[in-house]
Amino acid sequence: MTVPLTEAAGGTAADPGGVLDDVRGFAESEIAPHAEEWDQNERLPPKLLTRIGELGLWAPFLPAGLGGAGMTWATLGRVHEEIGRGCSSVRSFLTVHTMVTWTVQRWGTDGQRERWLPRLATGELLGAFCLTEPDSGSDASAAGTVAERVASGWVINGEKKWMTAGQVAGLLLVFCRTEGNMSAFLVPADTPGVEITPITGVMGTRASMLARIVLRDVTVGPDALVGPPGWAAATVMTGALDLGRYSVACGSVGILQACLDACVAYTSRRTVRDGRLSELQLIRRKISDMVVSGRAARLLCAEAGRLKDADDPATIMATWVAKYHASTAASAAASDAVQIHGANGFSAAYPAARLYRDAKVAEVIEGSTELQQLTIAEEAYREVAR
Amino acid sequence: MSEDIRTPIREFISAKFPQISLDDDEDILALGFVNSLFAMELVMFVERTFGVRVPNEQLKLDNFRTMNAMADLVRGLSESMRLSAG
Ligand SMILES: Cc1cc2nc3c(=O)[nH]c(=O)nc-3n(C[C@H](O)[C@H](O)[C@H](O)COP(=O)(O)OP(=O)(O)OC[C@H]3O[C@@H](n4cnc5c(N)ncnc54)[C@H](O)[C@@H]3O)c2cc1C
Repeated sequence: MTVPLTEAAGGTAADPGGVLDDVRGFAESEIAPHAEEWDQNERLPPKLLTRIGELGLWAPFLPAGLGGAGMTWATLGRVHEEIGRGCSSVRSFLTVHTMVTWTVQRWGTDGQRERWLPRLATGELLGAFCLTEPDSGSDASAAGTVAERVASGWVINGEKKWMTAGQVAGLLLVFCRTEGNMSAFLVPADTPGVEITPITGVMGTRASMLARIVLRDVTVGPDALVGPPGWAAATVMTGALDLGRYSVACGSVGILQACLDACVAYTSRRTVRDGRLSELQLIRRKISDMVVSGRAARLLCAEAGRLKDADDPATIMATWVAKYHASTAASAAASDAVQIHGANGFSAAYPAARLYRDAKVAEVIEGSTELQQLTIAEEAYREVAR
Repeated sequence: MSEDIRTPIREFISAKFPQISLDDDEDILALGFVNSLFAMELVMFVERTFGVRVPNEQLKLDNFRTMNAMADLVRGLSESMRLSAG
Protein backbone atom coordinates (compact mmCIF):
# COMPACT_ATOMS: atom_id res chain seq x y z
CA MET A 1 0.00 0.00 0.00
CA THR A 2 1.27 3.49 -0.84
CA VAL A 3 -0.20 6.50 0.84
CA PRO A 4 0.28 9.53 -1.39
CA LEU A 5 2.52 12.06 0.35
CA THR A 6 2.17 14.57 -2.44
CA GLU A 7 1.90 14.55 -6.16
CA ALA A 8 2.33 17.06 -8.91
CA ALA A 9 2.52 20.21 -6.75
CA GLY A 10 5.14 22.57 -8.14
CA GLY A 11 6.05 20.12 -10.87
CA THR A 12 7.84 17.80 -8.44
CA ALA A 13 6.24 14.74 -9.96
CA ALA A 14 7.76 15.38 -13.37
CA ASP A 15 8.46 11.95 -14.73
CA PRO A 16 9.59 12.04 -18.30
CA GLY A 17 9.08 8.68 -19.93
CA GLY A 18 7.40 7.17 -16.89
CA VAL A 19 10.77 6.14 -15.47
CA LEU A 20 9.58 6.67 -11.90
CA ASP A 21 6.72 4.23 -12.35
CA ASP A 22 9.21 1.62 -13.51
CA VAL A 23 11.56 2.34 -10.62
CA ARG A 24 8.70 2.24 -8.13
CA GLY A 25 7.58 -1.10 -9.57
CA PHE A 26 11.13 -2.43 -9.31
CA ALA A 27 11.51 -1.24 -5.72
CA GLU A 28 8.14 -2.67 -4.69
CA SER A 29 8.61 -6.07 -6.30
CA GLU A 30 12.35 -6.71 -6.20
CA ILE A 31 13.73 -4.62 -3.31
CA ALA A 32 11.23 -4.01 -0.48
CA PRO A 33 10.18 -7.66 -0.08
CA HIS A 34 13.83 -8.67 0.54
CA ALA A 35 15.05 -5.69 2.56
CA GLU A 36 14.68 -7.44 5.94
CA GLU A 37 16.56 -10.50 4.74
CA TRP A 38 19.43 -8.41 3.32
CA ASP A 39 19.52 -6.43 6.57
CA GLN A 40 19.79 -9.66 8.58
CA ASN A 41 22.41 -11.16 6.25
CA GLU A 42 24.35 -7.87 6.11
CA ARG A 43 24.80 -8.04 2.36
CA LEU A 44 23.15 -7.30 -0.95
CA PRO A 45 22.98 -10.18 -3.45
CA PRO A 46 25.11 -9.82 -6.62
CA LYS A 47 21.97 -10.57 -8.62
CA LEU A 48 20.38 -7.35 -7.37
CA LEU A 49 23.45 -5.30 -8.29
CA THR A 50 23.32 -6.77 -11.81
CA ARG A 51 19.60 -6.03 -12.04
CA ILE A 52 20.18 -2.36 -11.13
CA GLY A 53 22.62 -2.24 -14.05
CA GLU A 54 20.11 -3.86 -16.41
CA LEU A 55 17.63 -1.14 -15.51
CA GLY A 56 20.27 1.54 -16.14
CA LEU A 57 20.02 2.92 -12.62
CA TRP A 58 23.68 3.09 -11.58
CA ALA A 59 24.44 6.37 -13.31
CA PRO A 60 21.46 7.53 -15.40
CA PHE A 61 22.62 11.16 -14.97
CA LEU A 62 25.49 10.53 -17.41
CA PRO A 63 24.80 11.75 -20.94
CA ALA A 64 23.62 9.09 -23.38
CA GLY A 65 26.99 9.19 -25.15
CA LEU A 66 28.70 8.13 -21.93
CA GLY A 67 26.37 5.25 -21.12
CA GLY A 68 23.71 7.14 -19.15
CA ALA A 69 20.26 8.47 -19.98
CA GLY A 70 20.89 12.19 -19.47
CA MET A 71 18.53 12.10 -16.48
CA THR A 72 18.05 15.39 -14.64
CA TRP A 73 19.13 15.68 -11.02
CA ALA A 74 15.52 16.39 -10.09
CA THR A 75 14.42 13.05 -11.52
CA LEU A 76 17.44 11.23 -10.14
CA GLY A 77 16.44 12.46 -6.69
CA ARG A 78 13.04 10.84 -7.12
CA VAL A 79 14.71 7.62 -8.24
CA HIS A 80 16.84 7.58 -5.07
CA GLU A 81 13.71 8.30 -3.05
CA GLU A 82 11.92 5.28 -4.52
CA ILE A 83 14.91 3.01 -3.97
CA GLY A 84 15.33 4.40 -0.44
CA ARG A 85 11.71 3.66 0.28
CA GLY A 86 12.47 0.02 -0.47
CA CYS A 87 15.87 -0.32 1.21
CA SER A 88 18.34 2.29 2.47
CA SER A 89 21.31 -0.03 1.97
CA VAL A 90 20.59 -0.19 -1.76
CA ARG A 91 20.16 3.60 -1.83
CA SER A 92 23.51 3.93 -0.02
CA PHE A 93 25.18 1.93 -2.79
CA LEU A 94 23.64 4.29 -5.36
CA THR A 95 24.72 7.31 -3.31
CA VAL A 96 28.43 6.53 -3.24
CA HIS A 97 28.43 5.21 -6.79
CA THR A 98 26.88 8.51 -7.92
CA MET A 99 29.55 10.47 -6.04
CA VAL A 100 32.42 8.54 -7.63
CA THR A 101 30.96 8.43 -11.15
CA TRP A 102 30.11 12.14 -11.13
CA THR A 103 33.66 12.89 -9.97
CA VAL A 104 35.10 11.06 -12.99
CA GLN A 105 32.65 12.78 -15.34
CA ARG A 106 33.12 16.27 -13.89
CA TRP A 107 36.79 16.34 -12.99
CA GLY A 108 38.30 13.47 -14.97
CA THR A 109 40.60 13.88 -17.96
CA ASP A 110 39.49 12.43 -21.32
CA GLY A 111 41.69 9.42 -20.56
CA GLN A 112 40.13 8.87 -17.14
CA ARG A 113 36.62 9.18 -18.55
CA GLU A 114 37.36 6.69 -21.30
CA ARG A 115 38.98 4.29 -18.89
CA TRP A 116 36.37 4.32 -16.11
CA LEU A 117 32.99 5.67 -17.22
CA PRO A 118 31.77 2.81 -19.46
CA ARG A 119 32.07 0.28 -16.62
CA LEU A 120 30.82 2.72 -13.96
CA ALA A 121 27.77 3.46 -16.13
CA THR A 122 26.73 -0.19 -16.23
CA GLY A 123 27.73 -0.98 -12.65
CA GLU A 124 30.22 -3.59 -13.85
CA LEU A 125 32.56 -1.52 -11.72
CA LEU A 126 31.22 -0.09 -8.45
CA GLY A 127 32.64 3.01 -6.79
CA ALA A 128 33.47 3.64 -3.13
CA PHE A 129 34.00 7.11 -1.67
CA CYS A 130 36.94 7.00 0.75
CA LEU A 131 37.18 10.12 2.88
CA THR A 132 36.57 9.19 6.53
CA GLU A 133 39.39 7.77 8.66
CA PRO A 134 39.43 6.23 12.13
CA ASP A 135 40.43 9.61 13.60
CA SER A 136 38.82 12.06 11.17
CA GLY A 137 35.17 12.24 10.21
CA SER A 138 33.34 15.55 10.41
CA ASP A 139 36.66 17.34 10.23
CA ALA A 140 37.94 16.04 6.90
CA SER A 141 40.90 18.41 7.04
CA ALA A 142 42.33 16.25 9.84
CA ALA A 143 42.69 13.27 7.49
CA GLY A 144 46.10 11.64 7.70
CA THR A 145 46.29 9.54 4.53
CA VAL A 146 49.20 10.82 2.48
CA ALA A 147 50.08 10.59 -1.22
CA GLU A 148 53.72 11.22 -2.00
CA ARG A 149 54.85 12.16 -5.47
CA VAL A 150 57.45 9.77 -6.92
CA ALA A 151 58.99 9.41 -10.37
CA SER A 152 56.37 6.86 -11.49
CA GLY A 153 53.36 8.71 -10.03
CA TRP A 154 52.21 8.54 -6.41
CA VAL A 155 52.63 6.34 -3.34
CA ILE A 156 49.67 6.30 -0.95
CA ASN A 157 49.74 5.35 2.73
CA GLY A 158 46.91 5.56 5.24
CA GLU A 159 43.70 4.07 6.56
CA LYS A 160 40.11 4.79 5.56
CA LYS A 161 37.11 3.55 7.52
CA TRP A 162 33.34 3.11 7.04
CA MET A 163 33.37 2.85 3.23
CA THR A 164 29.89 2.06 1.94
CA ALA A 165 30.08 -0.72 -0.71
CA GLY A 166 33.76 -1.07 0.17
CA GLN A 167 33.49 -4.87 0.22
CA VAL A 168 32.57 -5.07 -3.47
CA ALA A 169 33.73 -1.79 -5.02
CA GLY A 170 36.22 -1.98 -7.86
CA LEU A 171 37.20 1.68 -7.92
CA LEU A 172 38.10 3.70 -4.83
CA LEU A 173 38.00 7.49 -4.78
CA VAL A 174 40.61 8.17 -2.10
CA PHE A 175 41.25 11.58 -0.55
CA CYS A 176 44.85 12.15 0.47
CA ARG A 177 47.10 14.85 1.73
CA THR A 178 49.61 16.03 -0.91
CA GLU A 179 52.20 18.62 0.05
CA GLY A 180 49.93 19.98 2.79
CA ASN A 181 46.73 20.21 0.73
CA MET A 182 44.12 17.68 -0.26
CA SER A 183 44.01 15.80 -3.54
CA ALA A 184 41.79 12.99 -4.84
CA PHE A 185 42.91 9.73 -6.44
CA LEU A 186 41.20 6.97 -8.41
CA VAL A 187 42.62 3.72 -7.07
CA PRO A 188 41.54 0.33 -8.46
CA ALA A 189 40.59 -1.84 -5.46
CA ASP A 190 42.87 -4.64 -6.63
CA THR A 191 46.03 -2.49 -6.58
CA PRO A 192 48.77 -4.20 -4.55
CA GLY A 193 48.88 -2.78 -1.01
CA VAL A 194 45.11 -2.15 -0.77
CA GLU A 195 43.71 -4.23 2.07
CA ILE A 196 39.92 -4.36 2.43
CA THR A 197 38.30 -5.69 5.61
CA PRO A 198 34.51 -5.95 5.99
CA ILE A 199 32.91 -4.08 8.89
CA THR A 200 29.99 -6.07 10.28
CA GLY A 201 27.52 -5.71 13.13
CA VAL A 202 26.61 -2.08 12.41
CA MET A 203 23.27 -0.70 13.58
CA GLY A 204 21.84 0.80 10.40
CA THR A 205 22.06 0.28 6.63
CA ARG A 206 23.37 -3.11 7.67
CA ALA A 207 23.47 -4.44 4.09
CA SER A 208 25.60 -1.55 2.81
CA MET A 209 28.71 -3.77 2.94
CA LEU A 210 30.93 -1.34 4.79
CA ALA A 211 34.68 -1.81 4.79
CA ARG A 212 37.83 -0.57 6.38
CA ILE A 213 40.47 0.09 3.75
CA VAL A 214 44.16 0.19 4.57
CA LEU A 215 46.57 1.52 1.93
CA ARG A 216 50.17 0.44 2.39
CA ASP A 217 52.70 1.78 -0.11
CA VAL A 218 50.04 1.71 -2.80
CA THR A 219 51.73 2.83 -6.00
CA VAL A 220 49.61 4.44 -8.70
CA GLY A 221 50.45 6.26 -11.91
CA PRO A 222 50.18 10.00 -12.49
CA ASP A 223 46.80 9.35 -14.14
CA ALA A 224 45.30 8.32 -10.77
CA LEU A 225 45.09 11.95 -9.68
CA VAL A 226 41.60 13.30 -10.40
CA GLY A 227 40.63 16.95 -10.27
CA PRO A 228 42.84 19.88 -9.41
CA PRO A 229 45.94 18.84 -7.47
CA GLY A 230 45.95 20.35 -3.99
CA TRP A 231 42.47 21.80 -4.26
CA ALA A 232 40.27 18.72 -4.02
CA ALA A 233 38.66 19.99 -0.82
CA ALA A 234 36.81 22.82 -2.53
CA THR A 235 36.13 20.96 -5.75
CA VAL A 236 35.99 17.15 -5.87
CA MET A 237 35.15 16.68 -2.18
CA THR A 238 32.61 19.48 -1.81
CA GLY A 239 30.96 18.65 -5.13
CA ALA A 240 30.72 14.92 -4.46
CA LEU A 241 29.52 15.45 -0.89
CA ASP A 242 26.86 17.81 -2.20
CA LEU A 243 25.51 15.02 -4.42
CA GLY A 244 25.84 12.49 -1.63
CA ARG A 245 23.89 14.79 0.66
CA TYR A 246 21.21 15.20 -2.02
CA SER A 247 20.91 11.44 -2.48
CA VAL A 248 20.68 10.86 1.29
CA ALA A 249 18.05 13.61 1.58
CA CYS A 250 15.98 12.00 -1.17
CA GLY A 251 16.49 8.56 0.37
CA SER A 252 15.22 10.00 3.66
CA VAL A 253 12.02 11.07 1.89
CA GLY A 254 11.74 7.41 0.87
CA ILE A 255 12.08 6.40 4.54
CA LEU A 256 9.35 8.88 5.47
CA GLN A 257 7.08 7.41 2.82
CA ALA A 258 7.83 3.87 3.96
CA CYS A 259 7.02 4.83 7.57
CA LEU A 260 3.72 6.34 6.47
CA ASP A 261 2.82 3.31 4.33
CA ALA A 262 3.66 0.89 7.14
CA CYS A 263 1.84 2.86 9.82
CA VAL A 264 -1.34 3.42 7.84
CA ALA A 265 -1.48 -0.29 6.99
CA TYR A 266 -0.78 -1.42 10.54
CA THR A 267 -3.14 1.00 12.29
CA SER A 268 -5.92 0.10 9.88
CA ARG A 269 -5.77 -3.50 11.11
CA ARG A 270 -4.74 -3.38 14.75
CA THR A 271 -7.40 -2.97 17.41
CA VAL A 272 -6.87 -2.00 21.05
CA ARG A 273 -9.35 -1.48 23.92
CA ASP A 274 -10.45 1.92 22.61
CA GLY A 275 -10.91 0.74 19.08
CA ARG A 276 -8.89 0.50 15.90
CA LEU A 277 -5.56 2.33 16.14
CA SER A 278 -6.44 4.32 13.03
CA GLU A 279 -9.39 5.85 14.88
CA LEU A 280 -7.36 7.13 17.82
CA GLN A 281 -6.47 10.81 17.78
CA LEU A 282 -3.01 10.42 19.30
CA ILE A 283 -2.17 8.00 16.49
CA ARG A 284 -3.66 10.29 13.86
CA ARG A 285 -1.46 13.11 15.11
CA LYS A 286 1.63 10.99 14.34
CA ILE A 287 0.28 10.09 10.90
CA SER A 288 -0.37 13.73 10.08
CA ASP A 289 3.15 14.70 11.14
CA MET A 290 4.55 12.06 8.76
CA VAL A 291 2.45 13.40 5.90
CA VAL A 292 3.44 17.01 6.46
CA SER A 293 7.14 16.50 7.12
CA GLY A 294 7.32 14.08 4.19
CA ARG A 295 5.74 16.54 1.79
CA ALA A 296 7.98 19.35 3.01
CA ALA A 297 11.07 17.16 2.64
CA ARG A 298 10.14 16.13 -0.88
CA LEU A 299 9.61 19.73 -1.92
CA LEU A 300 12.95 20.78 -0.41
CA CYS A 301 14.66 17.99 -2.34
CA ALA A 302 12.86 19.00 -5.54
CA GLU A 303 14.10 22.56 -5.07
CA ALA A 304 17.68 21.39 -4.52
CA GLY A 305 17.40 19.21 -7.64
CA ARG A 306 15.98 22.04 -9.72
CA LEU A 307 18.88 24.30 -8.71
CA LYS A 308 21.36 21.54 -9.59
CA ASP A 309 19.83 21.21 -13.04
CA ALA A 310 20.28 24.98 -13.46
CA ASP A 311 23.95 24.82 -12.28
CA ASP A 312 22.96 27.39 -9.67
CA PRO A 313 25.43 27.66 -6.77
CA ALA A 314 22.44 28.13 -4.44
CA THR A 315 21.93 24.37 -4.77
CA ILE A 316 24.69 23.77 -2.22
CA MET A 317 22.85 25.50 0.64
CA ALA A 318 19.47 24.22 -0.60
CA THR A 319 20.85 20.70 -0.37
CA TRP A 320 22.09 21.21 3.21
CA VAL A 321 18.62 22.45 4.15
CA ALA A 322 16.88 19.57 2.38
CA LYS A 323 19.11 16.95 3.96
CA TYR A 324 18.79 18.44 7.44
CA HIS A 325 15.03 18.48 7.30
CA ALA A 326 14.58 15.16 5.50
CA SER A 327 16.98 13.16 7.69
CA THR A 328 15.75 14.52 11.02
CA ALA A 329 12.11 14.16 9.92
CA ALA A 330 12.80 10.58 8.82
CA SER A 331 14.34 9.82 12.22
CA ALA A 332 11.32 11.28 13.99
CA ALA A 333 8.86 9.44 11.73
CA ALA A 334 10.69 6.14 12.14
CA SER A 335 10.70 6.58 15.91
CA ASP A 336 6.93 7.13 15.77
CA ALA A 337 6.59 4.13 13.47
CA VAL A 338 8.25 1.87 16.06
CA GLN A 339 6.00 3.35 18.76
CA ILE A 340 2.85 2.83 16.71
CA HIS A 341 3.77 -0.81 16.06
CA GLY A 342 4.24 -1.52 19.79
CA ALA A 343 6.21 -4.73 20.34
CA ASN A 344 5.90 -5.51 16.65
CA GLY A 345 7.95 -2.37 16.06
CA PHE A 346 10.94 -4.24 17.47
CA SER A 347 10.44 -7.27 15.27
CA ALA A 348 12.05 -8.09 11.94
CA ALA A 349 8.59 -9.20 10.81
CA TYR A 350 7.74 -5.51 10.31
CA PRO A 351 9.82 -2.80 8.59
CA ALA A 352 9.63 -0.23 11.44
CA ALA A 353 12.77 -1.34 13.29
CA ARG A 354 14.90 -1.32 10.14
CA LEU A 355 13.54 2.07 9.09
CA TYR A 356 14.40 3.43 12.54
CA ARG A 357 17.98 2.17 12.39
CA ASP A 358 18.47 3.27 8.78
CA ALA A 359 17.03 6.75 9.42
CA LYS A 360 19.59 7.34 12.14
CA VAL A 361 22.42 6.69 9.68
CA ALA A 362 21.12 9.52 7.48
CA GLU A 363 21.67 11.88 10.42
CA VAL A 364 25.38 11.02 10.59
CA ILE A 365 26.59 10.60 7.01
CA GLU A 366 27.31 13.33 4.41
CA GLY A 367 27.40 16.02 7.10
CA SER A 368 25.92 15.13 10.49
CA THR A 369 22.87 16.87 11.95
CA GLU A 370 25.14 19.05 14.09
CA LEU A 371 27.29 20.14 11.12
CA GLN A 372 24.12 20.97 9.22
CA GLN A 373 22.85 23.05 12.11
CA LEU A 374 26.16 24.94 12.22
CA THR A 375 26.26 25.52 8.45
CA ILE A 376 22.62 26.53 8.06
CA ALA A 377 22.76 28.91 11.02
CA GLU A 378 25.94 30.53 9.67
CA GLU A 379 24.16 31.21 6.38
CA ALA A 380 21.15 32.60 8.27
CA TYR A 381 23.31 35.16 10.08
CA ARG A 382 24.84 36.14 6.77
CA GLU A 383 21.45 36.50 5.12
CA VAL A 384 20.07 38.66 7.91
CA ALA A 385 23.15 40.92 7.75
CA ARG A 386 22.55 41.45 4.03
CA MET B 1 35.84 44.17 -20.09
CA SER B 2 37.60 43.47 -16.78
CA GLU B 3 35.14 45.70 -14.94
CA ASP B 4 32.24 43.81 -16.60
CA ILE B 5 33.70 40.63 -15.24
CA ARG B 6 34.48 41.96 -11.78
CA THR B 7 31.08 43.52 -11.15
CA PRO B 8 28.98 40.34 -10.94
CA ILE B 9 31.72 38.57 -8.96
CA ARG B 10 31.86 41.45 -6.49
CA GLU B 11 28.06 41.39 -6.22
CA PHE B 12 28.06 37.64 -5.59
CA ILE B 13 30.67 37.90 -2.85
CA SER B 14 29.14 40.93 -1.18
CA ALA B 15 25.68 39.32 -1.25
CA LYS B 16 27.20 36.54 0.84
CA PHE B 17 29.47 38.70 2.98
CA PRO B 18 27.92 42.17 3.14
CA GLN B 19 30.27 43.40 5.84
CA ILE B 20 33.25 43.04 3.52
CA SER B 21 34.16 45.59 0.90
CA LEU B 22 36.71 44.28 -1.52
CA ASP B 23 39.48 45.98 -3.42
CA ASP B 24 40.29 44.43 -6.77
CA ASP B 25 43.67 43.22 -5.58
CA GLU B 26 42.66 42.24 -2.08
CA ASP B 27 43.42 38.63 -1.12
CA ILE B 28 39.98 37.26 -0.23
CA LEU B 29 41.51 34.08 1.12
CA ALA B 30 43.43 36.10 3.70
CA LEU B 31 40.14 37.53 5.00
CA GLY B 32 39.36 34.12 6.47
CA PHE B 33 35.77 33.59 5.29
CA VAL B 34 36.48 31.34 2.33
CA ASN B 35 35.78 27.75 3.31
CA SER B 36 35.59 24.89 0.82
CA LEU B 37 31.83 25.29 0.55
CA PHE B 38 32.04 28.93 -0.47
CA ALA B 39 34.94 28.20 -2.82
CA MET B 40 32.80 25.63 -4.63
CA GLU B 41 29.93 28.13 -4.85
CA LEU B 42 32.36 30.67 -6.29
CA VAL B 43 33.62 28.23 -8.94
CA MET B 44 30.02 27.35 -9.90
CA PHE B 45 29.09 31.03 -10.01
CA VAL B 46 32.00 31.94 -12.28
CA GLU B 47 31.30 29.02 -14.63
CA ARG B 48 27.57 29.70 -14.84
CA THR B 49 27.76 33.50 -15.12
CA PHE B 50 30.45 33.62 -17.79
CA GLY B 51 29.59 30.39 -19.60
CA VAL B 52 33.04 28.89 -19.12
CA ARG B 53 34.33 25.60 -17.74
CA VAL B 54 37.42 26.07 -15.57
CA PRO B 55 39.82 23.24 -16.47
CA ASN B 56 41.57 21.33 -13.68
CA GLU B 57 44.95 22.96 -14.28
CA GLN B 58 43.37 26.40 -13.78
CA LEU B 59 41.48 25.38 -10.66
CA LYS B 60 43.91 26.67 -8.11
CA LEU B 61 43.61 28.98 -5.18
CA ASP B 62 45.70 31.68 -6.83
CA ASN B 63 43.13 32.05 -9.63
CA PHE B 64 40.41 32.79 -7.07
CA ARG B 65 42.50 34.84 -4.67
CA THR B 66 41.56 38.34 -5.89
CA MET B 67 38.92 39.97 -8.11
CA ASN B 68 41.61 40.73 -10.65
CA ALA B 69 42.83 37.12 -10.65
CA MET B 70 39.28 35.87 -11.29
CA ALA B 71 38.77 38.46 -14.03
CA ASP B 72 42.04 37.38 -15.69
CA LEU B 73 40.99 33.74 -15.46
CA VAL B 74 37.60 34.38 -17.07
CA ARG B 75 39.13 36.56 -19.76
CA GLY B 76 41.69 33.88 -20.60
CA LEU B 77 39.07 31.14 -20.73
CA SER B 78 36.66 33.19 -22.85
CA GLU B 79 39.50 34.02 -25.19
CA SER B 80 40.52 30.39 -25.66
CA MET B 81 36.86 29.40 -26.18
CA ARG B 82 36.56 32.05 -28.87
CA LEU B 83 39.73 30.82 -30.54
CA SER B 84 38.67 27.19 -30.51
CA ALA B 85 35.18 28.09 -31.78
CA GLY B 86 36.54 30.26 -34.55
C1 LIG C 1 26.63 3.53 7.78
C2 LIG C 1 27.73 4.49 7.48
C3 LIG C 1 28.23 4.60 6.20
C4 LIG C 1 29.29 5.46 5.92
N1 LIG C 1 29.81 5.51 4.65
C5 LIG C 1 30.89 6.30 4.39
C6 LIG C 1 31.50 6.31 3.10
O1 LIG C 1 31.04 5.64 2.16
N2 LIG C 1 32.61 7.08 2.91
C7 LIG C 1 33.14 7.85 3.90
O2 LIG C 1 34.14 8.52 3.66
N3 LIG C 1 32.60 7.86 5.15
C8 LIG C 1 31.48 7.10 5.41
N4 LIG C 1 30.92 7.09 6.68
C9 LIG C 1 31.50 7.91 7.72
C10 LIG C 1 30.71 9.19 7.97
O3 LIG C 1 30.88 10.06 6.90
C11 LIG C 1 31.20 9.78 9.30
O4 LIG C 1 30.74 8.92 10.30
C12 LIG C 1 30.70 11.18 9.52
O5 LIG C 1 31.38 12.09 8.67
C13 LIG C 1 30.91 11.64 10.97
O6 LIG C 1 32.24 11.46 11.35
P1 LIG C 1 32.62 10.66 12.67
O7 LIG C 1 31.85 9.39 12.68
O8 LIG C 1 34.09 10.57 12.72
O9 LIG C 1 32.08 11.54 13.85
P2 LIG C 1 32.85 12.76 14.56
O10 LIG C 1 33.36 13.70 13.54
O11 LIG C 1 33.80 12.20 15.54
O12 LIG C 1 31.64 13.45 15.33
C14 LIG C 1 31.05 12.88 16.51
C15 LIG C 1 29.85 13.71 16.90
O13 LIG C 1 30.26 15.05 17.17
C16 LIG C 1 29.50 15.94 16.39
N5 LIG C 1 30.32 17.08 15.99
C17 LIG C 1 31.43 17.10 15.22
N6 LIG C 1 31.90 18.35 15.07
C18 LIG C 1 31.07 19.15 15.77
C19 LIG C 1 31.01 20.55 16.02
N7 LIG C 1 31.92 21.38 15.48
N8 LIG C 1 30.01 21.03 16.80
C20 LIG C 1 29.08 20.20 17.34
N9 LIG C 1 29.08 18.87 17.14
C21 LIG C 1 30.06 18.35 16.37
C22 LIG C 1 29.06 15.15 15.17
O14 LIG C 1 27.90 15.70 14.58
C23 LIG C 1 28.80 13.81 15.79
O15 LIG C 1 27.50 13.80 16.35
C24 LIG C 1 29.84 6.25 6.96
C25 LIG C 1 29.31 6.17 8.26
C26 LIG C 1 28.27 5.30 8.51
C27 LIG C 1 27.73 5.22 9.92
